[in-house]
Amino acid sequence: MGAQLRLLRRRVSAVKSIAKVTRAQELIASSRIMKAQQRVAAAVPYEREITRAVTAVLSNSASVDHPLTATVENPTRAAVLVVTSDRGFCGGFNAAVLRETEALAGLLRGEGIEPTPFVTGRKGLAWHRFRGREMGGEWDGFSDNPAYADAKRIAETLIEAFRKPADEGGVDEIHIVYTQFISMLTQKVQVTRVLPLQVEEAEVESSEVPPYYEFEPSAEAVLNELLPRYVESRIYNALLQSAASELAARRRAMKSATDNANEMIDVLTREMNQARQAEITQEISEIVGGANALADASAGKE
Amino acid sequence: MAKLRVGVVSPEREVWTGEADMVVAKTIDGEIGIMPNAAPVLGVLVEGGVLRLKGTDRGDFAAAVHGGFLACSGDEVSILAERAELGEEVDVQRARDALQRAEESQASGESGEEYVARAARARARLRAAGEDV
Repeated sequence: MGAQLRLLRRRVSAVKSIAKVTRAQELIASSRIMKAQQRVAAAVPYEREITRAVTAVLSNSASVDHPLTATVENPTRAAVLVVTSDRGFCGGFNAAVLRETEALAGLLRGEGIEPTPFVTGRKGLAWHRFRGREMGGEWDGFSDNPAYADAKRIAETLIEAFRKPADEGGVDEIHIVYTQFISMLTQKVQVTRVLPLQVEEAEVESSEVPPYYEFEPSAEAVLNELLPRYVESRIYNALLQSAASELAARRRAMKSATDNANEMIDVLTREMNQARQAEITQEISEIVGGANALADASAGKE
Repeated sequence: MAKLRVGVVSPEREVWTGEADMVVAKTIDGEIGIMPNAAPVLGVLVEGGVLRLKGTDRGDFAAAVHGGFLACSGDEVSILAERAELGEEVDVQRARDALQRAEESQASGESGEEYVARAARARARLRAAGEDV
C-alpha cells in the first residue's frame, strides 16, 4: 500500500473519532438545556414577588435610609461579578463575557472607579490568574447546575464588601456580567448594576399603585431582610441564565464541530479514493509497459 | 365568602398556589393570621416556622417555611421562603434524624446559631408533617 494512502486512512479514522466525541457532547448539552430552561422558568415567580415587595417597601417609605440603597456621591471602587463556565467546548461563550468585562472595566476606569473582579467559573478564574489580576472572590464547580446556596454564598461576599467603606477595601457599586438566555439560538451578554439598587418600576403596571403596607416588625427590619434576599435572587437568576446559555453555546459549538468533521471525512475519503485509483492506474501502466517491453524484446530476436 | 389567592414560592420552584380561607404564619413578632380583605402587611418570617393554610380546595394543611417574607395585599398573599416544603413532602424519618443530630451536637457542647437553626428547621418540618415534637 502506498505511503500516501496509509496517511490518509489514519487521518480519516482520527477525524471520525473526533466527530464521535463532539457528537456526544452535543447530545449531552441538548438533553441538559431543557432542564436548565425549566430551572430558569421555576425561579421566575420568586423573583417577580420579591421585586414587587422591594418596590412596595421603597415606594411606601420615601425616607428609607438603608446602607444597601445608599448611593455614594463619588464612587471609587466597584465589584464586577463575572459569570463564566467551568468547562470549555462552548465556542465563544467565555470570550464574549470576558470581552464585555474588559469593556465595563474600561468604562468604570474612565469614570474614576477602580473595578475589582469577583469571578465564578473555572474558565474565568484561569483567565484572570494567567494575567495576574487580583480577584475579590473566586467560585467554581457549579456553572452548569447552580443551586440557590451558591448564589447565597456569592451574595454574602458581595454584600459584605458593599457594606465596608471603599477606603477599607470595600466597594461602592456591584455590577454583574452574565449571559442572558434569550432562545436556543440567541444568547446575549448582559451587564447590570445590582447595587446601589435600581428597582425597575417599569415591571409594575402603572395603574397598579402598591398598597400602603404595614410592616412586621418595622420597615427597617423588613428592608434588612428583604434587600439581601433581593440581591441573592438577582445573582441566582444570573447564574441560571448563564447555565442555560452555556449549554446552548456548547450545543451549537459542538454541532458545528461535528458538521465540520463530517465534511472533512468526505473530503479525505475522496482524496483517499483518488490516491488508491492513481496507485492502481500506475500499477497497470507498469505491467502493460513491462509486457510491451518483453514483447518488443522477443520480437527483435526473431 | 371571598377567598385568598395564596402563592408559596421558593427561589427554586413554586411550592404551592391556590385559594384559601385563611393563612397563619409566624413572623418574628409572633403569629399572624390573614383572612380575606386584611390590611396590607409585609412581615419577616422566622427561621423554622410552620405555615398553615385553611380552607383550601383540599382542606387544611401545613408547610414548613424557613426564613423569608409574607406579603399580603387585598386578597393576595405571597409567601417568599428561602426554603419551603409542604407537610406531605416531608420525609419524616430524615427530619427526625436531622433533629436528633442537631440536638446531639448541641448536647455535646457544640453551640452556635447554626445548630439552633438546624434544630428549628427539623422541628418545623416535623410539625408541618403532623408529627408531635
